[in-house]
Amino acid sequence: MSQAFLVQGNEACALGALAAGVRFFAGYPITPSTEIAEILSKELPKVGGKFIQMEDEIASIGAVCGASLGGYKAITATSGPGFSLKQELIGYATLAEIPLVVVNVQRGGPSTGQPTSPSQADVMQARWGSHGDKGVIALSPSSVQETYALTIDAVNLAERYRTPVIFLLDEVVGHMREKLIIPKTPPKIIDRRKPNPGELPYTPGPNGVPPLPAFGEGYRFHVTGLIHDETGFPTGNPEVTDKTIRRLHSKLEDNIKDILRYSEYQTDDAEFLIISYGCSARSAEKAVKLGRAQGIKLGLLRLISIWPFPTELIMSKTKNVHKVFVAEMNYGQVTAEVIKAIGREKTEGILRVDSQLITPDEILSTVTKGVY
Amino acid sequence: MKEILLSGSGGQGVILAGIILAEAGLIEDKEIVQTQSYGPEARGGACKAEVIMDNEPISFPHIDKPDIVLAMTQEAFNKYTENIKDNGIIISNSTFVKDTSSVSCKVVEAPITSLAIEKVGKDLFSNIIALGVLVGATDIIEFDSLKKAILGRVPKGTEDANLKALEIGFDIGKAS
Repeated sequence: MSQAFLVQGNEACALGALAAGVRFFAGYPITPSTEIAEILSKELPKVGGKFIQMEDEIASIGAVCGASLGGYKAITATSGPGFSLKQELIGYATLAEIPLVVVNVQRGGPSTGQPTSPSQADVMQARWGSHGDKGVIALSPSSVQETYALTIDAVNLAERYRTPVIFLLDEVVGHMREKLIIPKTPPKIIDRRKPNPGELPYTPGPNGVPPLPAFGEGYRFHVTGLIHDETGFPTGNPEVTDKTIRRLHSKLEDNIKDILRYSEYQTDDAEFLIISYGCSARSAEKAVKLGRAQGIKLGLLRLISIWPFPTELIMSKTKNVHKVFVAEMNYGQVTAEVIKAIGREKTEGILRVDSQLITPDEILSTVTKGVY
Repeated sequence: MKEILLSGSGGQGVILAGIILAEAGLIEDKEIVQTQSYGPEARGGACKAEVIMDNEPISFPHIDKPDIVLAMTQEAFNKYTENIKDNGIIISNSTFVKDTSSVSCKVVEAPITSLAIEKVGKDLFSNIIALGVLVGATDIIEFDSLKKAILGRVPKGTEDANLKALEIGFDIGKAS
């Protein structure tokens, strides 16, 4: 028998991190993410892990980078203002290929914004928040149960691809309580690949990802935010630079089948499609139910992984529909990506930016205008 | 689907009541979503907890039109009973709610805070009395599920007082 608990999304995230083998958390508390730090501060010491409340958000992700290089699975949690502060070291971790997970429980921005209200306006910051060209993985759950399982996936993907994974929760999913069933069978755990004897520290493996030993295990290697060759030492060589930048993208894009996560609801015969994610997808699913009751052939494509962007999936799922609506709580961040994939003509955003949860009725009323 | 809105002011235990009610629903294997909203104040600000119970998975996590509203203050009564369904039921804390004339649905009135002070010893048992009235009057869950959920949440040493509060409330709800 599996056990059922009534827990918040943030709690499910903390429990998922523990189940994934996370043994290090450094952070600085911020609404609406604080419960994650609170729970891990209690639970990590019980399993031999470390919790550190650092002096600020920048130091937190610095500590997480260090812990990860030391061989720990490491995570931090924050919200918009903290996510902004962490960008520099997210970029560093991307180039130095340090596996880690940054949970961002999105609230209204810009700046201090709306501290206790939901938003989905950090989708583009997850993609382009730090400077330079790079690939990134970002995941966004819609329920408490999914938050648990997807946190485990986030940690696993960080380990497999040696990259920061951005976990885009939102205030609605983070704070709502739902049933969580923790499966009796332990989850599948992925560990970073260790180098073979004689293998250089930054030689890409068959999936484009180099191996990573833990500091103190006997390997000596250099970690830098400068472009480096396979030895790990900086180089100004244009050829190496080109290879590195391309590989930071291709190690994710070439493995999109492994990273891609989505779900479909009533899409088989759909003539109109809503694309949504996170909390907005809950409202979109209800809008599909209400629309179907009115005889509108409406379906939902829910994105669970947002980056790398599932362009091909969206092209194929929208081929036979008349119109595509993108429901999200920002000024059109995913909408613009959908337009990039399938064009402006059949795409319409249903956008809410007053930091209140988008409702099924407002989604359906826009859909209805597009249908008739 | 049942949509239950519990409202009052910060410090009355309204959000804990929402969590307990949700856990009671979980004991009966229902699908549950529980949310809350409150101001930055620890005491005195308006607050509400929402509980949705269903046999099917729940999509939209917020209440559209409540079936049941608990109003622990007049301010909460005025603010949250407006949208109630025509056949809805309001549980009204008559210690603080004096005017219920704005609604036409069934109102169960009980001096919840006064009963907590006089019969259980402290006003902090108000939320458990309120849950007793709510479940007694509406039968949305079994008494035993609520009892189990309460015992799972309240601090050690307060079990007897909380069960007394539950029974006082439940009897009033049943008699309504």
